[in-house]
Amino acid sequence: MTATEERLIDPVLERVKTGIEAFDDLVMGGLPRRRTTVVGGTPGSGKTVFATQFLAHGITDLDEPGVFVTFEESPADIEVNMASFGWDIRGWREANKLAFVDASPRDTDQMVVGDFDLAGLLARILYAAKNAKAKRIVLDSITQLFDHFVTDEKAVRRELLRIATALKKEGLTVLMTAERNSEYGEISRHRIEEFVADNVVILRNALDRERRRRTIEVLKMRGSRHVEGEVPITLVSEHGMVAVPLSSLRLEQQSSSKRVTSGNAELDKMSSGGFFRDSVTLVSGATGTGKTLLVTNFMAGGVAAGERALLVGFEESRGQLFRNARSWGVDFESMEADGRLKVVCLYPEAQSLPDHLLMIQELVEEFKPDRIAIDSLSALERIAPETGFREFLISLTSFIKKREIAGLCTATDKSLVGGHSASEQHISTLTDSIILLRYIQKAEFMHRGLIVLKMRGSEHDKQIRRFTIDGGGMHLGRPVEGAPDVFGGSVANVPPAP
Amino acid sequence: MSAEVPPDAQSAVLRLYVAGDTPGAGRARRSRLDLIEALHGKVAIEVVDIIDRPDEAEKAGILATPTLSDESVVPPRRLVGDISDVARVLEYFGYLKKDSAA
Repeated sequence: MTATEERLIDPVLERVKTGIEAFDDLVMGGLPRRRTTVVGGTPGSGKTVFATQFLAHGITDLDEPGVFVTFEESPADIEVNMASFGWDIRGWREANKLAFVDASPRDTDQMVVGDFDLAGLLARILYAAKNAKAKRIVLDSITQLFDHFVTDEKAVRRELLRIATALKKEGLTVLMTAERNSEYGEISRHRIEEFVADNVVILRNALDRERRRRTIEVLKMRGSRHVEGEVPITLVSEHGMVAVPLSSLRLEQQSSSKRVTSGNAELDKMSSGGFFRDSVTLVSGATGTGKTLLVTNFMAGGVAAGERALLVGFEESRGQLFRNARSWGVDFESMEADGRLKVVCLYPEAQSLPDHLLMIQELVEEFKPDRIAIDSLSALERIAPETGFREFLISLTSFIKKREIAGLCTATDKSLVGGHSASEQHISTLTDSIILLRYIQKAEFMHRGLIVLKMRGSEHDKQIRRFTIDGGGMHLGRPVEGAPDVFGGSVANVPPAP
Repeated sequence: MSAEVPPDAQSAVLRLYVAGDTPGAGRARRSRLDLIEALHGKVAIEVVDIIDRPDEAEKAGILATPTLSDESVVPPRRLVGDISDVARVLEYFGYLKKDSAA
C-alpha cells in the first residue's frame, strides 16, 4: 500500500477487517468499528457467506470473538452450510469464540396483541456477547424478523434501531443482512437501510446474457470515503468470498527496460531486442495464421534461456498443444519433465471469468513463472458479458505486469483476411505490444504476413513481413511489397501506440 | 367476571416473560394478578425477568416482551404484547369458552 493510499484512510474511524481482502480495500481498510453495516442482497447472493466470513476472520485471525444471531437458518444448518468454506463453526463454539442466538422460527403457536418490544432479543444478544467477549455481531437476516412480526412493522423498526444503538454503545461492530426483491430495485425490503444503517453494502447475483455475475457494491459509508461501483466477486471453497477489483487502474507497475526473447530471433530483431520483461503482448490473427506457433516459440525461447514458462490454454487440449509443438520441433514433454514448463488446459465454460482469473493467479503463485502465455483470450470472451471481460483483462494484465512476468496473449479474428475484431478493440489498449498475423493474397497464392503494430516504449520494425511455417517453426522473410490493404481495416480500429 | 375453570387448571403453569421495570412490564405484572384472580387462584403464573435471566429467554427462544407463554402444551402457546384484556387472554389459552365470555 502506498503512502498516498494510507492518507485516504479516515483516521477517526477505526477499521474492522472483514477478511474479504479486496473488499477491505474498497472501504479504506475495513468496516468502521462501532457502526452498523447493512448488507443487502437477493436470495442466493451470498449474504450469509459475507456475514460468516466477517465473524470467521475476527475469530481466526484477530482474536475478536463474535455472535451470530440467526433469524432464518438454525445454527446446525449454518454449521453445515458454511463447512465447505473451511470454517469450523463447531470448533469455535466449543472454544467459546462464537456464540449463536437462535432466533430462527420455532414451533410455537403465537399471537401478537398490542404493543411489545424486542427486549428479549436484545437481552439474549447482550448475554451471548458478554459470555463470548464478542467484538462482532451478525444479525442474519433482519427481513425475517419483520416477517415474524408481520403486522407490526413500525414496532420492529423502532426496536431494531434500539438494538443497534445498544450494541454500538457496547462497542460492538454490527453487521445486519437484509433481503432484496430485485437486483436493481429498492435497496431492501422494509427500507431497513434508511433507519438503522451507517453503511450499506449490496451483493448482487445478476443474470447477464444467461450467465450469473456476482458483484459487490459499497453504496454508502457514513463519514468515510469508499470506492464506488460494482466489483466482481466469487465464492471459493475452503476460502469464502473473494472480491476481484480493478486494482490495476492505478497503473502502478514499474516499467522494466529488461528485454526477454520472443522465442524467434527474427521477431526479436524486429522489436529491437525482444519483449519487455514486464509487458503484455497481444498476438491477433485469424485462425491458422500461426498464433499458437508464436506461443509455442515464446514458451520454448523462455525455457531455452533458463526461464520458467506457464501456458494456459483455453482452445486446444494438452495433447493437441504438445503435438503441434512437436511438429514445429519443440519438445514440451521434456520441458515439463524438467520442471521448466507447465501447461494447463481448461474449457472456458468450466468456470466463471473471476474464477479463471483466480486460478491463473494461483498457478502463478505456485509455479512462479518468468513468462506466461494465454491462448486464447477470444475463447474466454465468449463466456462473458462485455463488462465482465474488460474487468477480467484489466485485472489479468495488471497482475502479470506487477509480477514482472512477460505475458503473451492471443486473440482470434473472426474474419480470415483482415477486417474488424471486437476483442482487438477491447484488448489493444490494455496490452503493451500488438502483433498482427494476416493472410495476404498475392495473385493466386495465399501468404502469411506479420507486423509489429505497436510496442510501448520501444522502436520496432514497422514493415509487413511475409513468413512461412515448416518443421523448424516460423521463418520471417522479406517485407511484403505492394501488399493489398488487408491490414487496413484492423489497423484503423486499433489506437496508435502512445 | 366468571371463568370456567378446566379440571386440570390447578396444574397449569404459565410463564410471563418481562424485561426489567419498563411501563410495559409494569402493566403486564398487573394484568398477571387480574388473570390469577379471574381464575380464582387456580393457576400459577411465574414471572421471568429476562434482564436477570437472559439464559431463560435464550432457552425458550423469546424475542419480544411481554410474552405470556403456556409451555405445558406442544408447541408452546404464546401471547405477545398487551395481556390486559383478561377475557381474551383466557380464551386464547383455552380457559374460557367463547360462548360463556359473551
